Amino acid sequence: MTNDRSVPEGPPRGPAWTAARIRGLAIQGAILAALVGLLAWGVGNAIHNLNKAGIAAGFHFLGNRAGFDINFRLIDYSPAATYGRAFVVGVLNTLTVSALGIVAATALGFALGIGRLSRNWLVSRTAATVIETVRNLPLLLQLLFWYTAVLAPLPRPRNAISLGGLAFLSNRGLTVPGPVSDGPVWMVWAALGLGLAAAAAIGIWSRRRRIQTGQRFPAGWVGLALIVLPPLAVLGSGTVPLSWDIPVLKGFNFDGGLTLVPELIALWLALTLYSGAFIGETVRAGILSVPKGQVEAAQAMGLTPGAVLRLVVVPQAMRVIIPPMTTQHLTLLKNSSLAVVIGFPDLVAVFSGTTLNQTGQAIETIGMTMAVYLVVSLAISFGMNLYNSKMAIVRR
Amino acid sequence: MTIRLAVVSAALSVAVAAGASSVAQAGVLDTVKQRGSVVCGVSGKVPGFSAPDAQGVWSGMDVDYCRAVAAAVFNDASKVTFRPVTTTERFTALQTGEIDVLARNTTWSFTRDANLGIEFVGANFYDGQGFMVSKQLGVKSAKELNGASICIQTGTTAEQNIADFFAANKLTFKQVVFESSDEAAKLYDTGRCDVYTTDTSGLAARRTTLSKPADHVILPEVISKEPLGPSVRAGDPQWANIAKWALFAQIDAEELGVTSANVDEMRQSKNPDIRRLLGSDEALGNERWGLDRDWAYRIVKLVGNYGEVFERNVGAKTPLALDRGINQLWTKGGLMYAPPVR
Repeated sequence: MTNDRSVPEGPPRGPAWTAARIRGLAIQGAILAALVGLLAWGVGNAIHNLNKAGIAAGFHFLGNRAGFDINFRLIDYSPAATYGRAFVVGVLNTLTVSALGIVAATALGFALGIGRLSRNWLVSRTAATVIETVRNLPLLLQLLFWYTAVLAPLPRPRNAISLGGLAFLSNRGLTVPGPVSDGPVWMVWAALGLGLAAAAAIGIWSRRRRIQTGQRFPAGWVGLALIVLPPLAVLGSGTVPLSWDIPVLKGFNFDGGLTLVPELIALWLALTLYSGAFIGETVRAGILSVPKGQVEAAQAMGLTPGAVLRLVVVPQAMRVIIPPMTTQHLTLLKNSSLAVVIGFPDLVAVFSGTTLNQTGQAIETIGMTMAVYLVVSLAISFGMNLYNSKMAIVRR
Repeated sequence: MTIRLAVVSAALSVAVAAGASSVAQAGVLDTVKQRGSVVCGVSGKVPGFSAPDAQGVWSGMDVDYCRAVAAAVFNDASKVTFRPVTTTERFTALQTGEIDVLARNTTWSFTRDANLGIEFVGANFYDGQGFMVSKQLGVKSAKELNGASICIQTGTTAEQNIADFFAANKLTFKQVVFESSDEAAKLYDTGRCDVYTTDTSGLAARRTTLSKPADHVILPEVISKEPLGPSVRAGDPQWANIAKWALFAQIDAEELGVTSANVDEMRQSKNPDIRRLLGSDEALGNERWGLDRDWAYRIVKLVGNYGEVFERNVGAKTPLALDRGINQLWTKGGLMYAPPVR
């Protein structure tokens, strides 16, 4: 930002306002004001011209009745809900598929990257083949391929594959029993949240203790217990009576329970594989960047191959891996907008597709959609930068 | 998503550039004449309405409407540039002047007239939304569709219609929404959905492209009014008039018995209505109308009357095999009624 490092020590030679710092601030302020002015002029001009052309403008439509249905949603939604709520449903769907994709693609990427460097011929060749095939085909084609591949072998609901009479697999998706409760469900979530916080605290404490005293503490198992037990305790205490809604074939489809639609599965598969292949190459590059001497030194200390990888190679490789991997995560988020071609109701399909069309307010809907991608992308970047600064070489 | 980018940049250009209003002032007719062709936004994917054949020759109801406009303006029905637009981008394309006329089996509705800065000029096909199901299911009525999965294309009035219809009949449904009608119909064909829904004319057109057309049946219920018609950008009355009367002239010609085959002799007809329509005597429009007095003669001569256009594109001898139904002339019990040329 400012070039305050170049300010020489000692008293300034001229009047105060000539100081480099003040001058820098003034110039930046002027540029900022000009930018804001330009933006304001653009917005004002847009509103003026839209009015003149008789095109509706503004965000009032968000409170209007949407009137269309969405087949996959994490919160209550019906055609009687507003466009604003449809927007939230779309955002959540995009976040869901992106989060699922990022977790799975990262895991797959590490497996592929490490696998490709394996001394086992079969493993390294398999990883290389997968990476090179997946990386060099357009994502859209892969998406359509997986959609067809997921759907084709599945039977119609009337011939659905029954999994113990509780869950059913058909070309309408995987339908599983869903929990239903009239009680204060938030208590379960609150217990889960408290457990997570406690587990995190235990983790930090045990790490500090190990560094200071060298004593080990089974933080992993204790943490797991802290996460799992409190929600179960709340459920077991009977304050939140829980029953299971078991899907039943009624007419055309299964009624009740929760349904994982095939569109989501196909999208998840395609995004995971595609990004996983790129992350695999990033991981391989990162591992190769660790000097060979480090591995040899670790081996000389008698570490097992797994421990060499886990304790010596990967921590050093992470410095190289994180920045390009962040890019892959962001790409995955943005690629999830391809959902619209296979009929998964993500943000783009619901909001800048259906909503745009019904309201005709292209600038507002596209603007809001872009803002969501921007905010989420920046949030991912921010998180990964934090992690990166933690992993970066600590100058001692 | 390049399409969406195009929509945004087009939307922003109409909004930010002050040019939008100056285009309107210059007049679409002058722009069109200068360019030498009418740019017509069409679907390009609906047989019978607008689709190119294997040789790249366009045909369909909407295509012939565009040709009628070109015939009236240029005395040459081929001076049309067909621009396929998706359901999502169509209105923005019209608002920004990317296209001069939108003829894309688009439903005329209040919100579209009121909020989009566009103007519908009439209906060239009265349609309604229907359902297609596989015969195997043994369904006889749409009211038996409780719980059905429905494949549907995004960006149409159809999404709201089915939500309304199922709610009114206390039924539930699960919709799968696709960006293109091709994909929606393909997935219906594979069995992902029990039902495919769109306008009944679109169902008839789609059925011809399914793997086994005979296995599918269109249910009797028509759940909505879908007056499909061309639209133009609001704010240019001269161009709106031309777009309006290009359609009316075809309907009037059919009512008066004027066809592309007999239009030359009809010019000498004693019937004053026919003489006025074909411009046999004095010109009825002044300079602000903007076209020569034989504009309607050119339309009928080069494109045909409404009945000819209907039979050629969607009538009994075509794969769609649609009845005239409510698209019959008002004199024969239908809805096709055009104001007189006088």
